[in-house]
Amino acid sequence: MSAADTVAPDAVRQSGRWVFATGVALLVLWVLVPIWLLMVNALSSPAEVTAFPKSLIPSFDTGSMAFFFGFGGVLDALWNSVQVAAVTMILAIGLGAPAGYALSRFDFPGKEAFRFLVIMTRAFPLPLLALPLAVMFIRTGLDDTILGLALVHATLALPFAVLITFSLFSGIPVELEEAAWSLGCNRVQAFRKVVLPLAAPGIAASAVFAFVISWNEVFAAAVLTIQNKTLTAFLLQSLDVSPLHLKFAGGAVLVIPALLFIFAVRKYLFAMWGIANR
Amino acid sequence: MPRALPYLLLLPATLFLGVFFLYPFLQVAADSALRGGEWTLDNYRRMASHWKFSTAFWNTLLLAALVVPIQLAMALTMASVVTKLEAGRSTLLYIFAIPLGISDLAAGLIWLAIFEQSGFLNSILTTLGVIDQPVLFLSYQNTWVILLAIVLAEVWRATAIMMVIIVAGMGLIPKEYGEAAEVFGASRWQRFTRVTLPMLKPSLQTALILRVILAFEVFAVVVALGGTQFPVLMGETYHWQFTMQDRGVAAAFAMVILGISVAFTLVILRLLHVPKEARV
Amino acid sequence: MAEIRIRGVAKSFGSFTALHEVDLTIADREFMVLLGASGCGKTTLLRIIAGLETPTKGEVWIGDRRVDGLPPRERGIAMVFQNYAVFPHLTVFENIAFGLRMKKMAQAEVDRRVTRTAELMHIEQLLKRYSGQLSGGQRQRVAVARALAMEPEVILMDEPLSNLDALLRMEMRAELKGVLAASNTTTIYVTHDQVEAMSMADRISVMNGGRIVQAASPVEVYRNPAARFVGSFIGNPPMNFLPATRAPGGWEVAGRLFPGPANAPDRIEFAIRPEDIAPASEGFTATVRVVEPLGPHTLVTAEVQGALFRAVLDSDSLPNPGDRLTLAPVPDRVRWFDPETQKALT
Ligand SMILES: Nc1ncnc2c1ncn2[C@@H]1O[C@H](COP(=O)(O)OP(=O)(O)OP(=O)(O)O)[C@@H](O)[C@H]1O
Ligand SMILES: [Mg+2]
Repeated sequence: MSAADTVAPDAVRQSGRWVFATGVALLVLWVLVPIWLLMVNALSSPAEVTAFPKSLIPSFDTGSMAFFFGFGGVLDALWNSVQVAAVTMILAIGLGAPAGYALSRFDFPGKEAFRFLVIMTRAFPLPLLALPLAVMFIRTGLDDTILGLALVHATLALPFAVLITFSLFSGIPVELEEAAWSLGCNRVQAFRKVVLPLAAPGIAASAVFAFVISWNEVFAAAVLTIQNKTLTAFLLQSLDVSPLHLKFAGGAVLVIPALLFIFAVRKYLFAMWGIANR
Repeated sequence: MPRALPYLLLLPATLFLGVFFLYPFLQVAADSALRGGEWTLDNYRRMASHWKFSTAFWNTLLLAALVVPIQLAMALTMASVVTKLEAGRSTLLYIFAIPLGISDLAAGLIWLAIFEQSGFLNSILTTLGVIDQPVLFLSYQNTWVILLAIVLAEVWRATAIMMVIIVAGMGLIPKEYGEAAEVFGASRWQRFTRVTLPMLKPSLQTALILRVILAFEVFAVVVALGGTQFPVLMGETYHWQFTMQDRGVAAAFAMVILGISVAFTLVILRLLHVPKEARV
Repeated sequence: MAEIRIRGVAKSFGSFTALHEVDLTIADREFMVLLGASGCGKTTLLRIIAGLETPTKGEVWIGDRRVDGLPPRERGIAMVFQNYAVFPHLTVFENIAFGLRMKKMAQAEVDRRVTRTAELMHIEQLLKRYSGQLSGGQRQRVAVARALAMEPEVILMDEPLSNLDALLRMEMRAELKGVLAASNTTTIYVTHDQVEAMSMADRISVMNGGRIVQAASPVEVYRNPAARFVGSFIGNPPMNFLPATRAPGGWEVAGRLFPGPANAPDRIEFAIRPEDIAPASEGFTATVRVVEPLGPHTLVTAEVQGALFRAVLDSDSLPNPGDRLTLAPVPDRVRWFDPETQKALT
């Protein structure tokens, strides 16, 4: 339909298609090949990982993985990561969704100030806030705890949760709620019976997003945990001492859930930036 | 409608941000200007006089200056490709979005697998006969290779977020504008520069701010690929906080990162400002 | 010279055929209206002429150039979009100048043309504004000015007035007609508003289900529908239809005998416009169902032998529901259709 497609004689059009297809293929390879290579390493035996030259096909040896999971502290770190991410998810949605709902449904003095506060958080390197919080946590006994780190991660995830749910609720016509009120629901019932079912998948997606933010975070995790390290903190702090196959197996364990998460929320990735931008 | 309801709904989030965002932010600022209980610029002096400071500072800016434009170009290309496609669109979007879920540490490890001495790059180059024996790419003699590896890893990892924001933004531009431009004589490139890009400004703003700030926060990728051979601001902050146990200087580093982040945010807001009346 | 010839143009979207081999010729400087119900393919045909859609088969000629295969900008056309597509990031001036800039026209000429067309459309005081600061009607004027500034051979318009309120629509209708008549362009104008079509067109192409069923002057389309669809679509209220059977000496319709087409199947349809019916001493016996006084006249919906039958009577006669009237058609306004082919019979 575009200029080039319609003017061009078949040959030119064909070659245009080829260029386009090749470009797409290159971009896809650019994204996928590095992941593939990491997996090759993770699925090879420790000896193969340090061997040279390397094969581009994994030998499907579980040696590296077994070593990784058997390594002291790994399982604890993994479990810590899951816990922190879960608490982060609950905090971010629990605090963010009501705010998102308020932003989408009401006009009130102070609304712009709140939006500004939320947007400002995106303009700051948030992991830095872990520095003073480390002190505060020591005073309150939250240092080196799951909850302490989750609080910091929730600060990272909250702005996203607010903006995503804001955009989600804005997509649900207020008339639907009004119809429910006119049929005898009170505000809470209307929300539970009409809005929530419609918004639930999107809220779940933003919860997953919060989970991913926490799961991946390195700096604050490394600053705030000592005994109860998360997986990222554990890997970071053992980078210069651990053998290669441990690093790569760890990398793979970090990446695989990410693949699944992004797959789970792929439909909402785009919707959430639509309204949030404007 | 109870007038207090919106405020009640906002209260938890506001309190939370107050305690965990505003307070620590003020605390960092205070920490950076306090030493032994006294107000002083000592921390900043110590920071600035440390031999690694200016390297770290310029490295951070250099990284951002290299990475962000490449990412912008790639994200725009990816978004245009995806928007043009009819079949396989959602699969392609998913693939392009994958790195979004990958932490900077994992990204660093992935590229480490490629660049390390027994890594894939050496393997391929040797197999092809380009080199006789593996090269130690990531060594202090080869800082520029470390830089290259970091740039690649960053571009690989964090282009997705820009792509997602831009695709979402493109989706908001009604098709008719492009068609109108086409009818009135614009070539494909002109349609892109004169219609798509200007109308994409709000999305570009968000994408650039987010990305530039993340670029100043670059940390784990650098540690994974360069160890301590390529100092960056965030890494130094971590180093002072942990190894040196000097919170004052660490806070001063944090303030520098904050400072450049805010400065660049303002510049981007300014450059990509869309006057209210010219919005869609 | 910008005669437009459309030869066997067809368009399918997947398995759905939006246009079936359309043939149409539009004379130079003619004002052609494409009229039809929603979804009949008007926009699709217009977009094919514009080059925004590629036909599945067929040819499009503008003047003596074959243009299907050319990109829009090489076709010498300008277009007014249904939602105007006035660029929000450009001022009114730059919107009108957009096409001229693409042609790399000298600034002086751009200024001249923008000023002239802006004056023509009465928007010269808006040139510095952005589209967000304009009303719907003003935006519409900008869209037309942008097209006129190109001084194109062909202007295509897709329901340009459909987003305006009724009063403004009437005003713009007259204004647009005047401006376009003075501009030497061939115009194709899509609408589903028959009043708009009747009042503006030199010729109307009535479309139905991806086909053009009649292309003729407004009076012709109204008076002599070429197909049953045209009669039932055009006119408010539309034509009345009654079954007719062959009888000795003519056709029997609701118990009355009418002279009619000689060459026809045994069962055909009788058709008459509601305005062409008057009370008489002899005619159809009709039972009144609904009476709607409309001011200048009265619309009576009645039943004739079980079929719905509408008549526009003068406002003095106000029958009551249940009344029996005797209604007679004006003899030379009676039309006949073949129910098989749906075509008019003579
Ligand atoms: N891109 C498309 N893909 C699939 N079907 C389409 C597409 N565009 C149009 N159609 C179908 O083709 C038919 C004709 O559409 P078109 O837009 O030409 O109708 P129209 O006459 O302009 O209607 P309206 O008065 O509602 O604008 C419709 O049934 C529509 O659903
Ligand atoms: Mg249409």
